[in-house]
Amino acid sequence: MKLVAIVVGALALAAPALASEERPTASELESELVCPVCEATLDTSNAPVARRMKAYIRARIAAGDTKSEIKGQLVEQFGTAVLAVPPRRGFDWIAWVLPLAGLGGGLLVVGALAWRWSRRREDGDAQVEPLDPELERRLDAALSKLE
Amino acid sequence: MNARLRLAAQAAAIAVVVALLGLLVWKVVAGSGDEVTGSLASGGRPQAPDFTLPRLVGSGELALASTRGKAVVLNFWASWCIPCKDETPLLQRSWQRWKGRGVVFVGVNAKDFRGDARRFLRRYRVTYPNVYDGKGSTLGRYGITGFPETFFLDAEGRVVYRIAGPVTTAAEIDAGIERALAPA
Repeated sequence: MKLVAIVVGALALAAPALASEERPTASELESELVCPVCEATLDTSNAPVARRMKAYIRARIAAGDTKSEIKGQLVEQFGTAVLAVPPRRGFDWIAWVLPLAGLGGGLLVVGALAWRWSRRREDGDAQVEPLDPELERRLDAALSKLE
Repeated sequence: MNARLRLAAQAAAIAVVVALLGLLVWKVVAGSGDEVTGSLASGGRPQAPDFTLPRLVGSGELALASTRGKAVVLNFWASWCIPCKDETPLLQRSWQRWKGRGVVFVGVNAKDFRGDARRFLRRYRVTYPNVYDGKGSTLGRYGITGFPETFFLDAEGRVVYRIAGPVTTAAEIDAGIERALAPA
């Protein structure tokens, strides 16, 4: 029963993605593609070439092209720089790996520093010197008078 | 051990920062056309960055190096560029006047649809060779920040003059060509 629920859930999640691939909308493509001149996403650009690309996208959608096909055609004309999200291959892997590596490295450093500081504080507590016995005796006598 | 670990971590951090800085500098310098525009501005004659690009009309490629021995009018354009529509008929008429006189015109279409570029050439009856650079790989090397731009190269492939923006008169083109044909 659990397995059936998992499979149904997975299909439910996959269905919109498949629909988007087979029947993409102009607005989603325009948000995933970038004007090659002004480098803003097509949905925010009014540059002449951006307007031309939007018209091209609408024409290809009407012709029944899939999302991947339309993106592929534009990449073939303008290069991968036209993708809002860099592809995960070759040199472009750096755009994916570097921020995550930086975040991971930063967390490790902060964690290590926090651990060291907490250790230092514990050691610091252990290093408190004992009171002078005569002073301790006088302190006890003074405190007992207050009781 | 602690000191060694700390030293290693510091060395790794410095190496990462240096590598990233190096990447930034390389990206900026590699894309910079300052060697052309900067040198021109200070009176130099920089070598035009070479390229080999597919022809827009017909098959095959055109290498800039194949134009050595002739003065070159190198025009960068796009079909969506409005000033390009104004200057192209002027360039075509100038080409017809200078053809066979040791001058060649080459158009470089960039950041454009191939089909749109071909329609543009047909519409304005352009007969000089044009090449296609959809990705704009030549633009950074020439220091181009907008369309159109026209460079004039001498017979040795050195840039002698540049017009940023549209050419507006035949006299402008003639002046550039005469500079390119003049002995160094």
